[in-house]
Amino acid sequence: MIPLETILFYLFGAATVASSLAVVTQRNPMHSVLFLIASFAALAGLYINLDSPFTAVTQIIVYAGAIMVLFLFVVMLLNAPREDVPSPYGPAYVTLTTGPRKAFALLSVVLLVELALAIRQFVSAQAPSGPLAAEHVSSVRQIGIAIFTTYSLAFEATSVLILVAMVGAVVLAKKKL
Amino acid sequence: MQPIIDFITSPITIAYIVLIHVVFFALQGAAAVLVLAERKVAAFSQQRLGPYRVGWWGILQPIADIVKLLFKEELRPKAADFWLFYLAPVISATTAFAAFVVIPFGPPTDLFGLLPKPINLQGMDVNVAVLIVFAITSMGVYGIVLAGWASNSKYSLLGGLRSSAQMLSYELSYGLALASAIVLGNSLSLRTIVDAQQSTALGGVLPTGWFLWPAFLGFVIYMIAGVAETNRAPFDFPEAEQELVAGYHTEYSSMSFALFFLAEYINMVTVSAVATNLFLGGWHWPFPLAWGWGFGVLNWLLKVSFLLFFYIWMRWTLPRYRYDQLMTFGWKWLLPAAVVNVILVAAGVIYFS
Repeated sequence: MIPLETILFYLFGAATVASSLAVVTQRNPMHSVLFLIASFAALAGLYINLDSPFTAVTQIIVYAGAIMVLFLFVVMLLNAPREDVPSPYGPAYVTLTTGPRKAFALLSVVLLVELALAIRQFVSAQAPSGPLAAEHVSSVRQIGIAIFTTYSLAFEATSVLILVAMVGAVVLAKKKL
Repeated sequence: MQPIIDFITSPITIAYIVLIHVVFFALQGAAAVLVLAERKVAAFSQQRLGPYRVGWWGILQPIADIVKLLFKEELRPKAADFWLFYLAPVISATTAFAAFVVIPFGPPTDLFGLLPKPINLQGMDVNVAVLIVFAITSMGVYGIVLAGWASNSKYSLLGGLRSSAQMLSYELSYGLALASAIVLGNSLSLRTIVDAQQSTALGGVLPTGWFLWPAFLGFVIYMIAGVAETNRAPFDFPEAEQELVAGYHTEYSSMSFALFFLAEYINMVTVSAVATNLFLGGWHWPFPLAWGWGFGVLNWLLKVSFLLFFYIWMRWTLPRYRYDQLMTFGWKWLLPAAVVNVILVAAGVIYFS
């Protein structure tokens, strides 16, 4: 008999891939955003399958709960469902000038190389297994200790980075402070 | 096949299936009772009688309401987005029910010796229960936002926008208020947090173990943010009648309209239940648990009912804020207070441990 974990893995994996594909194939931005939320939810299911409920719940709270609400907010404010109207100038990429098009082409090559490297590393890496690994990932205490001792520099750097981005966004959005 | 059959027919599995059904139908019943309670308390506040024609003193009024809603015509605006328009109320109701799954409402019991070992009175005992409630209630905003957008009407859209901004703003304070109880209970499991509050003084007269005392500010912040999260007065901006007709559910009718109300009332129950478990000691006071598990459930129900009454009382007492006041209050007062509360509670825990 196939173990339940395997069935669940394929179920959630298929849901993640299908909804991620739907994000880019949808013409209505509102539907894209919703499929992105579905993809995050399916990803959370995969985390639970990996015995790390805390990561799964954080995934839902942070990505599906907070960030995607902001996405929805922006899409609703822009009132954008006009994308499905065909442009009189043909497909969208024609409107881009050559400069951005070259940049995009370069970026896509970089992304491809990155993906290849990541897959190579993943294949060679030895995944931690056994009850001890599950204990390490699921325990909130362990995660907290790791964040605030071993990785405190990375944690603080990230928070400063986010603060800088926030201040930058405010400065850009508000001409007069 | 035999292990599967053994699993399905074991008393514990059957008990859990029954328990889940009890919780599901009790929530629906709670929504019906709350509709009646709301109308009766409103009537009392305004020196009227309220509904009194259906049944004895109007207690069958919710059934009359439901039957009326069932027979209404289901309307959909022509320009509405078909899928999202019908998905929105379903999301609202589903998240409302789902959040309650992990909430415990009584001590472990073997139901008068019916079961071989005691079961926990809750849908599912998860070790990150507090966060799951928080995550699922934060998904509930999609129901409202999508309803507002999919209706393709100005008023609905404004209601949906307001709701997403409001819920994002108050979610931060809500989460920080939860954090103070988590720090005090030293756990993310609601059951462990409740059991950490069982100490009493003067022979069980004073509930000194409640987290309400060390985290009083946290409780107040939790209740305020909870009212804002459930879109109840004085924070009912998504459906402010005088400004937005009926807000996000302007275009809804019949049962899809009823689903939004079901979700709102169940969310009220969930917020009150979590507040009871986190700050008011759950099922541990006023009746001692030594009298039996039924008294524990009764304790819990009494506290939740009081908080729900408080909710309704507040709605008919306080006028609605202005929208900018809501935002100012949420970001400039509530959030700093929540941060101060978490730091004070955490410092206290470290100092006294």
